[in-house]
Amino acid sequence: MSLLKQFFFFLVGVAVLVAVTLGLLLVGGFPAEDALIALWNGSLGSWYSLTSATLVRAIPLMLTGCGVAVAFRAGVFNIGAEGQFLAGAAAAAAVALALPHGGLIALILSLLAGIVGGGVWAGIAAVLRARFGVLEVISTIMLNFVALHAVSFLVRGPLQEPSHIYPQTSSISEALQLARIPGAGRLHAGFVLALAVLVACGWALRHTAAGFRVLAVGENPAAAESAGQIDALRTAERAFLLSGAIAGLAGAIEVLGVTFALYENISPGYGFTAIAVALLAGLDPWRVILAAILFAALEAGAGAMQRDASVPATLVSMIEAMLILAVIGAQAVRWHVHQVPAVAAISSAKVRG
Amino acid sequence: MTDVLTPFLAATIRTATPLALAALGELLVERAGLINIGLEGAILAGAFGSLAGAAAGGVLWGYAGAIAGGVAVAALFALFVVWLKADQIIAGTALTLLSVGATGTLYRAIYGSSGAALGSPTSAPFAVPLLSHIPIVGTAFFTQPPITYLAYALVPLIAWWVRGTHSGLALRAIGEHPEAAEVAGVRVQRMRVLAILSGGVLGGLAGGTLVLAQAGTFAEGMSAGRGFIAIAIVVLGRWRPLGVALAALVFGAASALQFAFQAMGWHAPYQLFLVVPYLLTLAGLAGATGRTRPPLALGKAL
Repeated sequence: MSLLKQFFFFLVGVAVLVAVTLGLLLVGGFPAEDALIALWNGSLGSWYSLTSATLVRAIPLMLTGCGVAVAFRAGVFNIGAEGQFLAGAAAAAAVALALPHGGLIALILSLLAGIVGGGVWAGIAAVLRARFGVLEVISTIMLNFVALHAVSFLVRGPLQEPSHIYPQTSSISEALQLARIPGAGRLHAGFVLALAVLVACGWALRHTAAGFRVLAVGENPAAAESAGQIDALRTAERAFLLSGAIAGLAGAIEVLGVTFALYENISPGYGFTAIAVALLAGLDPWRVILAAILFAALEAGAGAMQRDASVPATLVSMIEAMLILAVIGAQAVRWHVHQVPAVAAISSAKVRG
Repeated sequence: MTDVLTPFLAATIRTATPLALAALGELLVERAGLINIGLEGAILAGAFGSLAGAAAGGVLWGYAGAIAGGVAVAALFALFVVWLKADQIIAGTALTLLSVGATGTLYRAIYGSSGAALGSPTSAPFAVPLLSHIPIVGTAFFTQPPITYLAYALVPLIAWWVRGTHSGLALRAIGEHPEAAEVAGVRVQRMRVLAILSGGVLGGLAGGTLVLAQAGTFAEGMSAGRGFIAIAIVVLGRWRPLGVALAALVFGAASALQFAFQAMGWHAPYQLFLVVPYLLTLAGLAGATGRTRPPLALGKAL
């Protein structure tokens, strides 16, 4: 598809989005004009809200969305980005707290800890899938819960702040925090890092042999093995680990750039929204950038809508869900019309038990 | 000892009831070769439906509302998965998200923007004559709200239906090898839709149980992951009704243990108990290889 055509579809998507939001507001009997103005002002309407509200929120969505996209592309249904995000956040916080003097090396070590944490968390499910044939859909959901309770244990136990009053870690020393981008409010260097990761992932999928193997295995593992002499199991396993590592990095960046501490509700469901983001982006890391910013804007705007026009913020979950359903519905219709699988990697589950 | 044991067992049953109902429904869906992650959404919609129904006409209407809520989500799942042949995982995820958004928005639109708790009539526990007088277990197992007895009854009923009837065999056939079942004259699509809708009925009832037999009110996101746990329970119970019932009891017991330990004055991190069922499920899944397996066509579109 040409770039112009893609941009056109993006505009159509945004128009549909605005129409759906307006429809829901009118049906719900909410003050539609006030709500839309609040939505705009709270998300993209000013430099402050664009940078400090929308783009700050987009960073974890970009990375977790990219992780989900990489896994789904390889035919791995990693529903566990939430758990991998938490594992990465916990690992990064633990390392950062152990290295209070800071410095570039300490920062890099903390980020690496996040990557390893997320990778290990995905690795458990990857091993269960490869060795024991456990469906990753179920194991990653289980591991989400385990991660949630593990974080709850850590911030009330070994990692709790010294006074033992609040269920959170002490603050990470300033020497370890990701630098703010000058003139861009609360936006921090993690944004640049996330952009780099997504650009690299998209490039690797398009232009490298490893990327080609991932796509081939995702489309048809049997054909990839027989015609391409690709080790499908190993390729899927590596994509799974990579996807967990990227989600873990998201957790580390959130701790080092936004929250500066680990606590229970550190993720408002980034790992789940990530699935919606990845799907809306057609599982392409480059387009994940736009989709993540769009969803981040929606969620930032939802907060403003609730404050200024008393529209429940949950309305946005509805809009997100309708977007996904519209995407898969459109794919299905296209499939019915042309009788060609639109996105084979996501329109058929390749579960091997 | 009984002063700890009886409340512990009662708490176990209380937690296990909605899980068992939802898991029995998901069992039917999975036996038909589908995974419905939207179960979480069906439970939530059922909970909201029960509040709306009970507010209008009492507990029975509440359960009717619960069924309506669960079936509405299930029908959407059937529309996308069976008719449009969309991916099951994606459709299920989207429907859970939709349910969270829709119930939250409707709740605040109808019952006020504060989201304040709204009381609902609840169904009182019913003591079964004779059985409830059995020492220790009697009160725990047989002084429960009526919906719990429905769950008890469904276990052998579904087991018999899946194993011993012609239509039960057809259900298993479409889960194992839908193409062969089609050739043998089973109407696969219709059967799958029926299985999904039955799953919606039970998922909705599970949500209704939370409101009408336990909390007495609705809260946003009150399903709190029970749909996902129910899916794990189906696997842990190895796709058999009795196994599912036992697995639900294990989950119930694990979360009831923390209260029992507190009552006995033991201090262990409570997250330990909360995490046990999930670890058990993972271990059970890994250990199940070779002995039992999921329906062969599970998760595949036809």
